[in-house]
Amino acid sequence: MVEEKTDSRTMILQKRITMTKLLKGHPEAFTIIAFVVLCVFMSIISDSFFSVSNINNILRQVSVNAIISVGMTMVILTGGIDLSVGPVMALSSTFMAGAMLKGIPIFPSVLIGLATGLVFGLFNGLLISYVKQPAFIVTLAMMEIARGIALLYTGGYPLSGLPASFGFVGKGRIIGIQVPVLIMLVTYVVAFLVLNRFVFGRYVYAIGGNLEATRLSGIQVKKYMMLVYVISGFTAALSSVILTSRLMSGQPNAGSGFELDAIAAVVLGGTDMSGGRGHILGTLLGVLMLGVLNNGLNLMGVSPYMQRVVKGIIILAAIYISSNKEKK
Amino acid sequence: MSEYVLKLTGISKFFGGVKALQNVHLEVKKGEIHALLGENGAGKSTLMKILSGVYQPDAGRIEIEGKTVQFSSPQAAKEAGIGIIFQEFSLVPYLTVAQNIFLGRELKTKFGTLDNKQMREVAQERLKSFGVRIEPNTVVNKLSIAQQQFVEITKAVTDKVTILILDEPTATLTPNEVTQLFLLMRRLQKQGVSMIFISHHMDDVFQIADRVTCLRDGQYIGTKDVSEVSTDELIQMMVGRTVDQEFPQKPDYSVIEKHPVCLDATLSRGKGYVPQHLVLHEGEILGLSGLVGAGRTELIRAIIGAEKAVGKRILVNGKEVRINTPYDALRCGIGYVPEDRKTQGVILPFSILDNVVLSMLRKTAMAHGVWVNRKGNKVVCERQRKSLAIKTPSITQKVENLSGGNQQKVVIGKWLATDCKILIFDEPTRGIDVGAKAEIYELLRDLVKKNVSVILISSELPEIVGLSDRVLVMRGDRIVAELAGNGIESGEIMKYATGGKRNG
Repeated sequence: MVEEKTDSRTMILQKRITMTKLLKGHPEAFTIIAFVVLCVFMSIISDSFFSVSNINNILRQVSVNAIISVGMTMVILTGGIDLSVGPVMALSSTFMAGAMLKGIPIFPSVLIGLATGLVFGLFNGLLISYVKQPAFIVTLAMMEIARGIALLYTGGYPLSGLPASFGFVGKGRIIGIQVPVLIMLVTYVVAFLVLNRFVFGRYVYAIGGNLEATRLSGIQVKKYMMLVYVISGFTAALSSVILTSRLMSGQPNAGSGFELDAIAAVVLGGTDMSGGRGHILGTLLGVLMLGVLNNGLNLMGVSPYMQRVVKGIIILAAIYISSNKEKK
Repeated sequence: MSEYVLKLTGISKFFGGVKALQNVHLEVKKGEIHALLGENGAGKSTLMKILSGVYQPDAGRIEIEGKTVQFSSPQAAKEAGIGIIFQEFSLVPYLTVAQNIFLGRELKTKFGTLDNKQMREVAQERLKSFGVRIEPNTVVNKLSIAQQQFVEITKAVTDKVTILILDEPTATLTPNEVTQLFLLMRRLQKQGVSMIFISHHMDDVFQIADRVTCLRDGQYIGTKDVSEVSTDELIQMMVGRTVDQEFPQKPDYSVIEKHPVCLDATLSRGKGYVPQHLVLHEGEILGLSGLVGAGRTELIRAIIGAEKAVGKRILVNGKEVRINTPYDALRCGIGYVPEDRKTQGVILPFSILDNVVLSMLRKTAMAHGVWVNRKGNKVVCERQRKSLAIKTPSITQKVENLSGGNQQKVVIGKWLATDCKILIFDEPTRGIDVGAKAEIYELLRDLVKKNVSVILISSELPEIVGLSDRVLVMRGDRIVAELAGNGIESGEIMKYATGGKRNG
């Protein structure tokens, strides 16, 4: 009897030790815990939270931000930033829709949209990596340029009247899974492999960890630094395919503030803003966290204005706790 | 009152078990320019840091004008009238000269706002009194290095400094600027300021100093009147070594001399630099010696494409190659172990494994160099860990948790793993303990036995002398001398390095 008691006590003690250990080494642990707490809280407050349809809702809603966040994660891992993703998304959306309205078949039109993202990513990358301009400024300028072109091209109005079959991307299902969610999952699997199993991924981390050491190790840092921006442009365009299909129109004003959501997700996922440390699965967690938060606050009937305040506080708390841990 | 404005007696300082200074004396007369000589690591900077309150001595006495003092902080030393000009300036680049001079003790008007006019005028006056022609409204980053130094000195003297320490002030100046600096120093001297002048350059010492004190291996060697001493005597005082380190046996140079040339590099670092030519034989350790700032690292970095170069012509094994980036250098089989391992060598958040395999990821990778070969990499890393005796429980250990010596071994392991046939080591033993040093010496000898060719940059003379088969001495961005075999001797190297003797 007595023995049993001490046993359970040591067990609790051990559990506590592993918990602190987990928190210490992994800033994203906060997000995991907060995420679980949030889910439990929501399921108590609202009966509909854990329903299949609500979960499907959340997943579909986060898919756009989730895909943008993949490119953002890679950029931030190198120690950079990409502010241009929102407008690049909008531009890609308008070009894609414009192509369809000109009678170009759906598939080539989508390719035009994706190419738009790649080209903007390439510009970002060239200016940052080869012309050596700060990423913040370059992508800030590109943000304006992309938005401006989108508005010029459309005259400021949405391009609607897209072929009905294009709606499949945003609303359809394949083997019972919603297409946006499927695209998101595939993107994450690929990103996981690229970052953790590809030589390229090692270089991304190395550049963020110590640019000069990486360069002196005989690695073409400029090339790889450029490539992460190309990838970021591409994932922005990929998410725009989903958005365009959901809205069934090319939206020149779409994606406003999306860069901030993506950065928030990356930070919540435990990636260090100065680069070199972080994980793509942490980003997915950050995306889900933001999604559940939005969804939950909606279910609770909290005003959208208040939601932004809550989101901001959560982000601050996450950074504070993770930075505290690193100092120790 | 004592003849000496400053008197240090029996100063000792230990770091852990390592002695940095042992029973060192220094006496400075009022209005004297006193040179402090010694090799890198002789203890000059430690002594100056004690004098300026950065470190506290473990033994010994500091007297200022006959009174024993103790400096608990740099602030206390400053208040006692000791100013120090470091090689790295402490000026704020975007403020004006006047703003810098009055930084932290700005003059105020009666309304409590900044009295810019007054500060400008005072600054102007001060600069003038030292014969410095600088407009006090100029922003500091528009000034030349020499001018910044003058501002720094003016700032120090405005603080009512009576003893001014100048840490290698001439290292980065042109001859013309050195003359200006000396004029300024003479004016200060006339105003009764005593100066401690640290320099490696013999001609500087003879030109400006009244007396000279020499340190070696943390010990006091002696003090002489400059007028009564010769260059040779001073060099003897600096390098004459009592404790010799153990170095592995060198092979006969006449054999190595006949080895084929594996690297032949001709290049200039840009406009205003004289083109330099460097040849490396197979299986040779080529020492690159010179004072700090002589341009050794820069020359090497230009060769491997880490820095700009013009008129570059590089032959590897007799074949001309283009090396524009370190990536090209790696492909030509040239590896570079940089001097600052924390900022240039290791990737701190990476594991030992990830650091060691970084330069050869592509080579071991599968699927046309895309897919990381995790098993293969582990084998590579384990091999390096064993051969270099990296002390760690596991190769997945993060490098940031390793000691300096082990971090250095990780960087070296990274290059050994690449199978480069030419390896350049830049200060490979800086800041690591004696045991690890000896291991690195052994390693370098083993490497050349395996027909790897080594260039060794080192500021530690015994290292250059004990390891090199041939030595190039640099001074002022030029290779000024070549010594080989039995001709490698520390006194000779020092003569060329300090400009005490010129080649040709």
